[in-house]
Amino acid sequence: MFPIFKKSEGSLLDRLKQSVSKTRSQIAAKVEDLVSGEKKISPELLTRLENALLAADIGPKTTHQILEAVRQKLERHALNNAADLKAELRSQILYVLRTVPAAPNGSSGATQEPRPHVIFVVGVNGTGKTTTIGKLAHRLRQDGRSVVLAAGDTFRAAAIEQLAVWAARTGAEIIKTKSGGDPAAVVYDALFAACARKADVVIVDTAGRLHTKSNLMAELDKMKRTAARIVPGAPHDILLVMDATTGQNGLSQAREFMATAGVTGIVLTKLDGTAKGGIVVAITRELGLPVQYVGTGEAMEDLVPFDAETFVSSLFD
Amino acid sequence: MFENLTDKLQRVFKNLRGQGKLTQEHVDGALAGIREALLEGDVNVGVADELLAHIREKALGSEVLLQLSPDQQIIKIVRDELALLLGKHAKPLFASRPPSVWLIVGLQGSGKTTTTGKLAKWLAAHGHRPLVVSTDVYRPAAREQLIQVAKAIGVVCWPGAGTDKPLEIARGAIREAKLSAHDVILVDTAGRLHIDDTLMEELSTLKRELTPAEILFVADAMIGQDAVRSAGEFHRRLGLTGVVLTKLDGDARGGAALSIGKVTGAPVKFVGTGEKYDALDAFYPDRIVSRVLGMGDVLSLIERAEHTVDAKQAAELERKLRRSEFTLEDFRDQLRQIRKMGPMEQVLGMLPKIGPLANIPKDVQVDESRLQRIEAIINSMTTSERNDHGLIDGKRRKRIARGSGTSVQEVNQVLKQYLQMRQMMKQYGSLAAKGRLKGLGKLTGAS
Repeated sequence: MFPIFKKSEGSLLDRLKQSVSKTRSQIAAKVEDLVSGEKKISPELLTRLENALLAADIGPKTTHQILEAVRQKLERHALNNAADLKAELRSQILYVLRTVPAAPNGSSGATQEPRPHVIFVVGVNGTGKTTTIGKLAHRLRQDGRSVVLAAGDTFRAAAIEQLAVWAARTGAEIIKTKSGGDPAAVVYDALFAACARKADVVIVDTAGRLHTKSNLMAELDKMKRTAARIVPGAPHDILLVMDATTGQNGLSQAREFMATAGVTGIVLTKLDGTAKGGIVVAITRELGLPVQYVGTGEAMEDLVPFDAETFVSSLFD
Repeated sequence: MFENLTDKLQRVFKNLRGQGKLTQEHVDGALAGIREALLEGDVNVGVADELLAHIREKALGSEVLLQLSPDQQIIKIVRDELALLLGKHAKPLFASRPPSVWLIVGLQGSGKTTTTGKLAKWLAAHGHRPLVVSTDVYRPAAREQLIQVAKAIGVVCWPGAGTDKPLEIARGAIREAKLSAHDVILVDTAGRLHIDDTLMEELSTLKRELTPAEILFVADAMIGQDAVRSAGEFHRRLGLTGVVLTKLDGDARGGAALSIGKVTGAPVKFVGTGEKYDALDAFYPDRIVSRVLGMGDVLSLIERAEHTVDAKQAAELERKLRRSEFTLEDFRDQLRQIRKMGPMEQVLGMLPKIGPLANIPKDVQVDESRLQRIEAIINSMTTSERNDHGLIDGKRRKRIARGSGTSVQEVNQVLKQYLQMRQMMKQYGSLAAKGRLKGLGKLTGAS
C-alpha cells in the first residue's frame, strides 16, 4: 500500500481504541463478564462464548473453527481457567488476522514509487466510498502530497457534487464529467491530468454496485484497463469499502470484488457504531484479503490504519 | 434473495424425507441445520435460538401425532414460526386529514434517499400527490441528491433554501404541501448512528412536531447481527411504524428482516429490488416465508407479470393460442414483455426451486444482450415474414442477418426457438382452455 501514513500512528491507534470502545462496551464487555464471572470452564461458558462470537458477525463457520481449536486445547488440558480461555480465543482470532501479510503503511514502495499512484475505491451501495476518499485525500494532503480525485460515480444523483465538496475541503483537485457520463472517460481524463501536473496520487471514486450485477462489474474492469493504458501498472491499489454492520454477505462481496475487480485490501467503515465488523475475520480466513484501514466517524481525521492487535483487543479486553 | 437459506433448509428436509415419524434425534438434527442456515442468513443469534426453542417444543409436542411426513411437519412448524415473526401484510398509513407526513429514518448508507424517491414514485402511481423534502443538512450534497432524484421521477421537491435547520425545512415543506394540495410529504432525514444522542434527539423533535403517519426505518438487507441493536434503538426512541428493506436484488439472505421484526414488531412494508426508481415492491410476509422454505415467491412474480402484461394483449394472445396463430410478431411481444418485468436473474430468482424448476442453477446468468439480438433479428424481418415464418427462405435469412448485424446461424437459431415455443404454446393453449395455469402460464409459456 502507498505510504499514506508516514508518521508514527500511536495517537491514531488510540483513536481507534476510543471509537471502538463503544463497541467494546457491548460485545466485548459481554465476553469480559462471561469469563470474569467464573473460574472454571463449563460447557455453558463455551456456548455463551460461541454466541458472543456469532453476535460479532464472525459467522458460524469461522466461529466453529475458532472454537474447535479452543476445544482441542481444552481436551489436552492446556487451558486451566476462564482467563486462559479468553487469552486463547484472542490469540486464535489474532492468528487468523495475521496469516495474511499486514498492510505496509509508510515503509514500502520507497524505492520505485509509481507516479501518479492510482487508487480505485470500490464497494456495494452505501458503504461510505466517497467519505473514505475524502478522508484518504485529507491524510495525503496533510503529508504534503498533491491529490487528484476522479469523480467516477456518474450514476448516483449528486455523487459528483458530494466528491467536489470533499475536494474543496481537502485541497485536492477534482476531475469530473456530467452525471450519466462514461466513468472510464473520467478515469482517462483524471490520469491524463494527473500526469500532466505531476500529481502524486489519483483516487478514483466508483459508483456503488452490488457484486451480483455482472454488467456493472464489467464496467469496473473497463475503468481498470483505461487506467493501465495511461499509467502502466495502474491501479496500484483497489480498496473495497465495507460497512462494519455487514453480515455474512460480506464474504460474497469480497469474493466477487476480488475475482472481478482484483481488490487488494479492505477499508472497514462505520466502526463507531455498535457493529463489530467481525465479518472481516471470516473474510481474512477464507479469502486472505487484508483489512487496511478503519473508518471511525464522519470527520476528515476519522480514518486509521488497521491494527489486528487493537481490533481484537477492542473486542476482548 | 433468500436462496442460500432456502437451499440449506431444503437439504435439511431432504435428509428427513422417507422417515416414518419424528423422533427427538430427527428434530435435533434438523434444528442444528436450521440454526446454521439462519445464522448464515444473518438472523440474529438470540432471535434464532428463541425461534428454535419454539420450533423444538412444537415439533416434539402434540403435533407429532399429526399424520404428516416428518419434513412436512417441520416445514409447517418452521413456516408458522417465521410467519408469526414477520407479522401480517401491512398497508401504508395515512393521516385522517391530509397532508400525511412520512418520516424516513435509518443508518448511513442504508438507502434512505433512493427509497424516498421510490416511495414518491409509488405514491404518485397510486393516485397521490407526494412532495419530497430532505432534512439532511450534514452530508455533503445530500439535499442536492434528493432534488436530482425528484427531478428524475417527476415529483416536486421542497428545496428548503435559506435554512439549515431540519425542523424549519420540514415545516416549510408542510406549508408548501397545504398550499399546493400535496397529500403526502416524504421527509428524508440524515443517516445517523443509533447511539448518536444528539442526532437521535433531533429525530424525536421531528416526530413530535410533525406528527408523522408513518415512521419508516430503512434497513440494508445485507446488515448482520447488529440489526437488532440499531433497529431496536430507533424503535425505542421513535416508535417505528414500518420497515423498508433495501438492496434485496443482491444475494444477501436478508435474515435481518426476521431480526428487525422480532425487536421492533414493526412490519416490513416495502422492499427495494433494484437501481431504478420503480424497483420497489410491496412486502408480503407469507410469501417471503414460503420463499425461505423453498416454495418460491411465485405470487410476487405473478403480480409483477400481471402489472407488466397488458390485459388486452394477453386476451388477444390467448385467442391466438387457441387457434395456433402464434406468429413471430407475438414472439417479439412476449420477449418485450419479459424484458419489461426486469432483469431475468431477478425474475428467475423468484421462481420456486422445486418441481420442474429445481434444476435451474441458482446463480444462472442470463445474457440480456442475447434477448436484444433476438429482437433485432425479428425487427429486421418484413411484416409478412413475421406473420408467416414459412416465407423465410435462405436468401431472406441472409438479408435478415445483414439487417440485424447478426449471422445466418443466429437467425436460424431464433427461428428454431420460435418454432419450439410455438409448440409449447400450443400445449399451453389447450391447458389454458381447460382453465388451468392462470397467470403463471403466460410466463412459463414465454420463457
